[in-house]
Amino acid sequence: MNDQTKIDQDRAERTEKLQGMGCKRKRVEDVRFTQGKGSYVDDLKLPGMLFGDFVRSPHAHARIKSIDTSRAKALPGVVAVLTAADLKPLGLHYMPTLAGDVQAVLAEEKVLFQNQEVAFVIAEDRYIASDATELVDVEYEALPCIVDPFKSMDADAPILREDIQDKMEGAHGPRKHPNHIFEWTIGDKEATDAVFANADVTIKEMLVDHRTHPSPLETCQSVASFDKVKGELTLWGTFQAPHVIRTVVSLISGLPEHKIHVIAPDIGGGFGNKVGAYAGYVCSVVGSIVLGVPVKWVEDRMENLSTTSFARDYHMTTELAATKDGKIQAMRVHVLADHGAFDACADPSKWPAGFMNICTGSYDIPTAHLAVDGVYTNKASGGVAYRCSFRVTEAVFAIERAVELLADKLGMDAAELRIKNFIKPEQFPYKSALGWEYDSGDYHTAMKKAMDTIGYKELREEQAQKREAFKRGETREIMGIGISFFTEIVGAGPAKNCDILGIAMFDSAEIRIHPTGSVIARMGTKSQGQGHETTYAQIIATEIGIPADDIMIEEGNTDTAPYGLGTYGSRSTPVAGAATAVAARKIKAKAQMIAAHMLEVHEGDLEWDVDRFRVKGLPEKFKTMKEIAWAAYNAPPPNMEPGLEAVNYYEPPNMTYPFGAYFCVMDIDVDTGVAKTRRFYALDDCGTRINPMIIEGQVHGGLTEAFACAMGQEIRYDEHGNVMGASFMDFFLPTAVETPNWETDFTVTPSPHHPIGAKGVGESPHVGGVPCFSNAVNDAYAFLGAGHIQMPHDAWRLWTVGQKLGLHT
Amino acid sequence: MAKSHIELTINGKKVEALVEPRTLLIHFLREQQNLTGAHIGCDTGHCGACTVEMDDMSVKSCMTFAVQANGASITTIEGMANPDGTLSALQEGFRMMHGLQCGYCTPGMILRAHRLLKENPAPTEDEIRNGIAGNLCRCTGYVNIVKAIQYAAAKINGTPFQEAAE
Repeated sequence: MNDQTKIDQDRAERTEKLQGMGCKRKRVEDVRFTQGKGSYVDDLKLPGMLFGDFVRSPHAHARIKSIDTSRAKALPGVVAVLTAADLKPLGLHYMPTLAGDVQAVLAEEKVLFQNQEVAFVIAEDRYIASDATELVDVEYEALPCIVDPFKSMDADAPILREDIQDKMEGAHGPRKHPNHIFEWTIGDKEATDAVFANADVTIKEMLVDHRTHPSPLETCQSVASFDKVKGELTLWGTFQAPHVIRTVVSLISGLPEHKIHVIAPDIGGGFGNKVGAYAGYVCSVVGSIVLGVPVKWVEDRMENLSTTSFARDYHMTTELAATKDGKIQAMRVHVLADHGAFDACADPSKWPAGFMNICTGSYDIPTAHLAVDGVYTNKASGGVAYRCSFRVTEAVFAIERAVELLADKLGMDAAELRIKNFIKPEQFPYKSALGWEYDSGDYHTAMKKAMDTIGYKELREEQAQKREAFKRGETREIMGIGISFFTEIVGAGPAKNCDILGIAMFDSAEIRIHPTGSVIARMGTKSQGQGHETTYAQIIATEIGIPADDIMIEEGNTDTAPYGLGTYGSRSTPVAGAATAVAARKIKAKAQMIAAHMLEVHEGDLEWDVDRFRVKGLPEKFKTMKEIAWAAYNAPPPNMEPGLEAVNYYEPPNMTYPFGAYFCVMDIDVDTGVAKTRRFYALDDCGTRINPMIIEGQVHGGLTEAFACAMGQEIRYDEHGNVMGASFMDFFLPTAVETPNWETDFTVTPSPHHPIGAKGVGESPHVGGVPCFSNAVNDAYAFLGAGHIQMPHDAWRLWTVGQKLGLHT
Repeated sequence: MAKSHIELTINGKKVEALVEPRTLLIHFLREQQNLTGAHIGCDTGHCGACTVEMDDMSVKSCMTFAVQANGASITTIEGMANPDGTLSALQEGFRMMHGLQCGYCTPGMILRAHRLLKENPAPTEDEIRNGIAGNLCRCTGYVNIVKAIQYAAAKINGTPFQEAAE
């Protein structure tokens, strides 16, 4: 073995020991989770703790004539019953929403959706609280309701929000009707209209991304404990953004922010459901402040599915204009957005339709216009980003269905049409017609790799043969090939255009190296299963050369963690991950000065080598980071502060733009409507890959949620505003039996502006997956002249497609 | 409400308690016995997060009254580690194969897999998928849960486990 080989081997061994970026490090979290030792909100048990439960409206729209709580209060074990009349003197019967609207905490004069919160019963245990909700007598006068958003702005539509009916200027500009929330437009309308007027080919379709729900396995819950003597509130809850919750609680309760301790312990999945502030949180806080004892609130599944934060419900009239050889010239989209009874979308303040303007997708479309009208209906409020950045699933669904419709009309292959219109590698950074600057991408390479791997050409040949066989009556099965080439926009975001309640959407990391060379680091984000305790440690390990196993990551305690905006919209890695790298580099810079002092050389004479600084040209003269840490507390250079720690609040210069190429092969029995996913291949490019095992897990999970949304999951209402199927009996969550097997792949195009080049991945598979499934279904039926088939594609709906096409004889 | 006296064995330990007849087993375990590993996900028996082992059967403890467990022997996730405190084959399998993310379904999933492997020590992938159909996971997409159970089966049986090539 020669010297260089020895050096390389030694370096490789030290690198492996770090368990840093790029390795499949096993998760730290799993040691407790596999033993049932996670600590979730409902696990918390405090002395004297009471339990709260809601009385909810059976009506979608009704006037409250009276509320009589006397029978409930008389039940032994009931401690208090709160109604709007109790909250109003405190100014707490309404709370602000993230979208600039207000939302009723407890209904005052009217209820606006079924299961809306009307009263909050506080009792000694959850059984008594539940019993007592049945004893609160509420007299309602039912009112006509609006379920169809297209009827919201009819001249004779009932006015839903009487509290703001005279306020014709909303948070996002003028309102056209008392049931109108906002109109948001972007792009060049005149130029777009002109292109459409002269285009060779145009397509226009109403694409519905239907109402659904993120539905994490753990529902929303909180425990509030107010210490009357200290005037301090401790609030444990299922919070994806614990610091924001602390600020909101301070603003609405008037308690000083430093006397509010918000703690988000382990969270059993979020997917966007746990970003907002809910009536239950507020009522547990008020209950505890009033009673001086801890109050717990835990949603049941019915409450979760029917009240806290639906997703989607975008009705998108989508148009493309193209030349006859398939070059897309313009896109025009109008969205009717059903926001339910209150505008409680969890979007950055200036973006009432989220980042819907990413809808030009992966294509170089020179001219575009987007208009979004938000309206009120008698449904639950929300509009959260369900496993996606703000409204990005909707945007990607629109463009990825639209290019398929265009390909059909042109008689072109759908993959070929996409490739023809891709933004080219040399065009990055690319400024889109609707205002974004895509940081990086190499779409052609990703698409080619995906097509080669899946055997695209052979699949099309097989499909052509199957179609002929079907026409000859030899089979009742049709084959669909779904494609989706998506570009996401994640990592909100630059302060210049992203804030929540006025707070810029930066994020943070604080790293402390202890004298013995072990580390604690805290971030402003909050994992809900993404494995932050594992992956942030890998970033630090690589940056400063301390083994990941010696690094503890802590999130969720607002007293100890630096302020951050939380985890959603795939922002943890793009923003807090960047903060982590920058904070680590600050530490490394100080460590270099200490090492130079220890080795009695100039800083510039040192070079970094995995876990140590060594003297250039003298590899045997070095100080490891562990040695440097000890010196930082023991013998720092003269005039240098002792200690070795750093904090960074990272304000990203741009968002990141992960992308991917997905293919789905599906076989559908036209007589039963049962669709079987034969193959699903997902190629993701999320830039630098921190932990390939976790990335793959995220992709599997996101694809499964995409499968659910596209193939059956839906929150539906009947004409009276009754929510249909707010339990897992009716709401489709795929089991291991239905869930397809997932094939994953990747390319790596690092983000040029991110300190480690990472882009975020948790939401890509959902965003790219939904249109891929829908395209597969639509592609299967296309040769039969079915036209666009709306989601969700459950067996019954697909059976009706066959019925309408006259396939069932 | 009048309370009933029950005697049962939980994770090998004799337990006596007074419970209301309507108290669900999941609430009895979590709130009276402080065994918070089993979780509540749906209240309707669909999700399986509350799965425990009762007299050699997988039981959804949100659909079972505590009084029904009178005289029974119950195992929860807290009783699943090896006697020396190390992770059992299933727990290790879930960690090694990345068979969990948020961890909320994991205790129920492991208890269900435990019963599955007792009844079918070398299940096929299909048998695993059908065997855990009563347990929902929102995070993993099941691929790695299937692998985790295969890993555990191989370890218990002393047969080689080969992770599928990537």
